[in-house]
Amino acid sequence: MEITVNGRTLNVMAEAETPLLYVLRNDAGCKGVRYGCGLGQCGACTVIIDGKPVQSCDVPVSAVAGKAITTVEGIGSEAKPHPLQAAFVEEQAAQCGYCVTGIIMSAKVLLDANPSPSDTEIKQALSKNLCRCGTHLRIVRAIKRAAAEMRS
Amino acid sequence: MAETPAKRKLPGSLEINRQLSQWLTINKDGSVDMRPGKIEIGQGILTAVRQIVAEELDVNIERVKVTAASTPTSPNEGTTSGSRSIEESGIAFRFAAAEARELLLARAGVKLGVSIEQLTVSDGVVKAPSGATVSYWDVTSDDLLQREATGEAKPKSHTQHKVVGTGAKRIDIPAKVLGKPVYVQDMETAGLVHARVVRPPSQFAELLSVDLDDVKKMPGVVAVVRDGRFLAVVAEREEQAIRAQARLKRNAKWKEVAQLPEFNPRYLLSRTPKTEVISEKKGDAPVKANEGKEFSAEYTRQFLAHASLAPSCAVARCDNGKYTVWTHSQSIYPLRVELAPALGVPEEDVVLHHMEGAGCYGQNAADFVATDAAVIARAVPGRTIRLQWMRDEEFQWEPFSSAMVVKTRATLSPDGHVSDWNMDIWSHGHGSRPGRTDGKSNLLAAWYVEKSLPRAPTGNPPLPGGGSHRNGLPIYDFANQRVSNHLIADQLLCVSSLRGLGSQTNVFAIECSLDEMALAANADPIAFRIRHLKDPRAVAVLEKVAQMAKWRPKEKGANNKARGVGFARYKNAAGYMAVIAEVELGEQLRVTKIWSAVDVGQIINTDGLTNQIEGGIVQAVSFVLKEEVKYDRVRITQESWDDYPILSFTEVPDVEVALINRPELPPVGAGEGTQGPVAAAIGNALFNAAGVRVRDMPITRERIVAAMA
Ligand code: FES
Ligand code: FES
Repeated sequence: MEITVNGRTLNVMAEAETPLLYVLRNDAGCKGVRYGCGLGQCGACTVIIDGKPVQSCDVPVSAVAGKAITTVEGIGSEAKPHPLQAAFVEEQAAQCGYCVTGIIMSAKVLLDANPSPSDTEIKQALSKNLCRCGTHLRIVRAIKRAAAEMRS
Repeated sequence: MAETPAKRKLPGSLEINRQLSQWLTINKDGSVDMRPGKIEIGQGILTAVRQIVAEELDVNIERVKVTAASTPTSPNEGTTSGSRSIEESGIAFRFAAAEARELLLARAGVKLGVSIEQLTVSDGVVKAPSGATVSYWDVTSDDLLQREATGEAKPKSHTQHKVVGTGAKRIDIPAKVLGKPVYVQDMETAGLVHARVVRPPSQFAELLSVDLDDVKKMPGVVAVVRDGRFLAVVAEREEQAIRAQARLKRNAKWKEVAQLPEFNPRYLLSRTPKTEVISEKKGDAPVKANEGKEFSAEYTRQFLAHASLAPSCAVARCDNGKYTVWTHSQSIYPLRVELAPALGVPEEDVVLHHMEGAGCYGQNAADFVATDAAVIARAVPGRTIRLQWMRDEEFQWEPFSSAMVVKTRATLSPDGHVSDWNMDIWSHGHGSRPGRTDGKSNLLAAWYVEKSLPRAPTGNPPLPGGGSHRNGLPIYDFANQRVSNHLIADQLLCVSSLRGLGSQTNVFAIECSLDEMALAANADPIAFRIRHLKDPRAVAVLEKVAQMAKWRPKEKGANNKARGVGFARYKNAAGYMAVIAEVELGEQLRVTKIWSAVDVGQIINTDGLTNQIEGGIVQAVSFVLKEEVKYDRVRITQESWDDYPILSFTEVPDVEVALINRPELPPVGAGEGTQGPVAAAIGNALFNAAGVRVRDMPITRERIVAAMA
């Protein structure tokens, strides 16, 4: 089976019903896609497919063959972080940080469609992402900062 | 034989790790290595201790490299918990770095031919009045810190601080937002294989039969492990391990017993406790019967889960009977003490390396999964085993925070003072951390393997910090008081420590009672508290929070909206925390805003501290409004976030935090002090909004409706 992750095509030897999450982490080496529940409830594994946020634990790899998958590794790097990543550092919007990669992906989809979201819109967009450390308010601030940065 | 002089007492963790070289290395290449024995759990501790080292050494913070804790190389700093890391590790580094600086200056002074007092330092470059310079990196050598600390080097006075007290950015965040492999979950090595355990359906179940053979034949399966009642699978690929786990689960037949208590914390009252009077104070004026008004009440809280965002994980290897384990345990040294006998090997044959996991907020399943992984590695030697617990396992098998019952009885004197205070606390223990040497164990798998160890009873850390009795002694000045702790040592549900331990329920009980008495005394609740407080720092945070929230004396709610107050000094010895919560009662009880004023002595990292407090507050709101472990008489019944919901983005209140800095006072930890004051402030706000008291946590819609009926 062939899948395309962050513009790179790879051949995977997994069974068709394998959740995409494990293929991304273990075959594509995208450890930024986190396992939190495997049940589609926490958003830690969120990636972008066809411009939509998708919980990668909740789709079989066979369903995404031929589609372009973007993970957090595909949106920015140390040298050139995505404005969202830069804003999360600027606002220190992490405690343990386990939730933030999934949240950044949900936020990217939001900002791509809505460049100046309100606090309520941001919170709505994150309704499928959990954070156990209570970093929510900083995360919302970071997303607003990134939005402003991306508009200018 | 010469008599060894008594060892002088050294500050913080230097006391038990006295070699300076255990803590620091000054390298010739212009860098400094620091090796804390404390670990990062998202609280920013490594950043804070790094600031302290940079400050004392006078070097740019970027030069300081932090090595994660590891049993062969780090100082033994026990467990990272109880908000004690700054007090223990931070202080040790402060003195170690100050001493290292003196040693470096002594050498530099010789080189430059001037006395130490005349030297100045900037980023490791030492300058004489003549302008001649020499750097730390020129004068350092391998033996520089090969000596015992004296504790005599004087750290800088707070007035000289340039790095400490600023909001230095966390060192770990950039890698985390980029999605780098920073967690133990992400570890990858050649030949790594994936494991899953199959636990019984309930704790006390007996294994009747299990068929391993067809699981062994499944694709990718490397091994199926059965050791007593401990079952596991190992496979080449992760999803193969998950499929094999599901099959093995179906193949195992168990006999279960109904041994869990009833789903109500009051079951604690009917068990046999170990009772201890923890405070008894008889004032000059004993309370006379029928003088004053009596108040009594009963407060409860259900079991809570840590519910880390990531289920626990560990990686382990066994080579020739020697073990290496990568773990997100908060207690690598104590875990080694208890893990070695569970594996039947001497302590030196077990090496533990810390790697980060998701936030844990106390003892989650980290130590359990590490033990599981080692037990599997024993059965599959020579392979690197990565064991990831699944979500349902984490929800059912992590050690919970004990349910509690607190009864209060108080007398309000006619002059509006609390003249008599009685409180009784019932709870299981709040400390089951590893480190036992009595042959008993708290490491889950140790109870299930063939050569099992008996289950240890639960206990409490001793007072003054305490466990179930943490913050059980009111901080207020009451003329007469008596507080008793009733410890139920058995564990029907597996229990250990969660952020704040017993303080949440104890402070909830004390602070709700105080509000009731303030009302009866026709006093403002903040003024009523201050009336019973002698400590100016306590008064200062209360006054500060009132000012922040524009609190109006004796203010009342309107339109189902109201505010309430809560206050505590964590452990009666650490940070002061005053909170005002604003709630709105609609379909559900919503917390819309929290104001908080905090004094934790000297602030090391302003932004890090605010982050910790904000997080603690949001989590406390979640505890109070939503959280309780679901169980019936046989099983823990919760499997997913649907069964154990936590506060979501759309439910999070606004939070405003004010920090009162006391640079002249020692720094104390901050991470856990919010739990009690927030719970109390919500309970009191609900009363002000609806005129009803809900004394059972979580404060759910059903309970509010029942109280209003
Ligand atoms: S891991 Fe996919 S939603 Fe939780
Ligand atoms: S920062 Fe830890 S779960 Fe969000």
